Amino acid sequence: MIKRLTFLCLVGVAILAFWITPAQVTAQESAPGDTAAAAPTYDSAFIAAHTPQPPFNIVAKDAPNDAGGAINLTWDLSPDDYKSGEVKEYIILRGTSASGQFDTLGNATQGVSSFTDNQAEPGEKFYYKVAALNYEKVDYKYLWYADGESVVVGPVSSSAQWFNKGRFWVFISILFVCAAIIYFILGAKSGKTFYIRKIAGIDEVENAVGRATEMGKTIYYVPGINDMDDVQTLASMSILGRVSVIAAQNDTRIDVPVSRSLVMVTAREIVKEAYSKVGRPDSFQDEQVRYLTDDQFGYAAAIDGLFVREKPATVFLIGAFFAESLIMAETGNSIGAIQIAGTAMPAQLPFFVAACDYTLIGEELFAASAYLSREPKLLGSLKGQDMGKALFLIAIVVGIILQIFGVDFWRLFVVR
Amino acid sequence: MRREIPIAITFIVGVVFALAYFIPHRPFGAFEAQFGDWFGIIGAFAIWLGALNLMKISFIKVFRKRPDFPFALIIIISFLVMVFFGFYEGYKGLFATPQFSYRDPGTGFDWMYKWVYSALSATMFALLAFFVASASYRAFRARNLEATLLLVAAFFVMLGRVPVGDLLTDWILPTGYTMSSWADWIMSVPNTAGQRAIMIGIALGLVSTSLRIILGLERTYLGGD
Repeated sequence: MIKRLTFLCLVGVAILAFWITPAQVTAQESAPGDTAAAAPTYDSAFIAAHTPQPPFNIVAKDAPNDAGGAINLTWDLSPDDYKSGEVKEYIILRGTSASGQFDTLGNATQGVSSFTDNQAEPGEKFYYKVAALNYEKVDYKYLWYADGESVVVGPVSSSAQWFNKGRFWVFISILFVCAAIIYFILGAKSGKTFYIRKIAGIDEVENAVGRATEMGKTIYYVPGINDMDDVQTLASMSILGRVSVIAAQNDTRIDVPVSRSLVMVTAREIVKEAYSKVGRPDSFQDEQVRYLTDDQFGYAAAIDGLFVREKPATVFLIGAFFAESLIMAETGNSIGAIQIAGTAMPAQLPFFVAACDYTLIGEELFAASAYLSREPKLLGSLKGQDMGKALFLIAIVVGIILQIFGVDFWRLFVVR
Repeated sequence: MRREIPIAITFIVGVVFALAYFIPHRPFGAFEAQFGDWFGIIGAFAIWLGALNLMKISFIKVFRKRPDFPFALIIIISFLVMVFFGFYEGYKGLFATPQFSYRDPGTGFDWMYKWVYSALSATMFALLAFFVASASYRAFRARNLEATLLLVAAFFVMLGRVPVGDLLTDWILPTGYTMSSWADWIMSVPNTAGQRAIMIGIALGLVSTSLRIILGLERTYLGGD
């Protein structure tokens, strides 16, 4: 049945092809004039007929909130844009005097009505015009070319701003959060005590180290794959300091394989200091903190190899992780190590939750060092952080209520 | 002074960076890029520390015949071969006509990069699929209410992301309520809400940690309290 249908279809297509081709040829033959005569002549009348109307309402303004050097241009599209397909692109022209020479600065495709001049020297005055372009090209050569130029606008000059107004509300929020943090730190200094909620993952650190001690095995501390310029790595180094002290007190070996040279130097100093602090400087060996590789998957492979061969009792995966997070965490899980993970990478959190015993989720990673230290000053900063959270919570709740009642003001206020 | 100087540098750089975020005017606006360059330069020199450390530890393992010394031997050989080809072909390319780089196609370095390094990296990345399967199996076991909710959500999202999900439901459910719509809703409403809550917490944690470090309250990263 299918074969028959296919055969019938093929026959139908063949008949159609036979019928259409001669008909088209006939139509071409019967058209007035031959092929050579049909070729258009690009005389002034032809060009005039195909010249697009220029764009209008050209506005040139200094780009806001920058260090100077940029001017934003906007315009209303030529009436011929899209409508008749007579606009292929817009050319932006710039000059230093209204009546002088204008040079081409750049272009914008049809339908686009903005351009940023990023080569405007701060303080220098410029004039602009925008031309709507129509043309026909073959092999990158113009067969004909027609443009409709707008009026000249200017003079405009760029200047640097002293405050980025687009970040005004960020500034206010940060100011509030910082003020709250400093207030609570000062409060803690004066002897106030604060309630800090329990964080299971951090509470478990001592038990996890204790487990390694009891089993006589190593602890592995993996500080992620970012360098020292990442706050997550800094937070991880702070936690490493606390964990190393506990490990050194228990005389348990802690190994820190790293993927960045600067992290290696920092981590080595921290672990060494921890051993010295508890009176066991001789127990520390340089090779406990070692560099493996900068390469993401090379690092993951090396860590997996170390886990499988050395079977550590406890693994800390704390810092910035990417796709290698699950590769490491699952391998750690497969060897039966107790695993405490922490990261501020939202995409990696589900992997850690699935594969590790405890996970420090986002803010808990940053709170861990203060929480472990139990120092009032640091705990005060956590309380200030909570105040910031309360501010956001109030803003969200007020926003939801106002949106329910159809008041859009709050959303615009916050978004801006 | 061992502590004071790093703390002072941290304070100055931290404050300048914070100001640069809000002040685009020179010199603040340019600081971010400049500090980035400085960090890059320091990092480039520091890479030798890492490489030498790797070699030192690997050589110690080999000479002392530690249990896993064959792995250390592979590291040493791989490292030296790559370094040799990099320098040798880089040097050769400088005096060749036309000049070429050690990374150009056809060089031994490029051959090893393409057929050894890239293949090994891809293999490690591909392993992720199997790890996802085993982790999902554990995570989706309906042991309690939360895990059951996760299982149900995962069921809808996974089926909604493949054509067969709609194929199974579009004959019974009205348009807009098929499996893909359920998956989209789960991803864009409860999932986004959860992610945003975490993101807000992270942002506040970042501010708090940065402030502690800038003010010199958090010094553990310098070694000790």
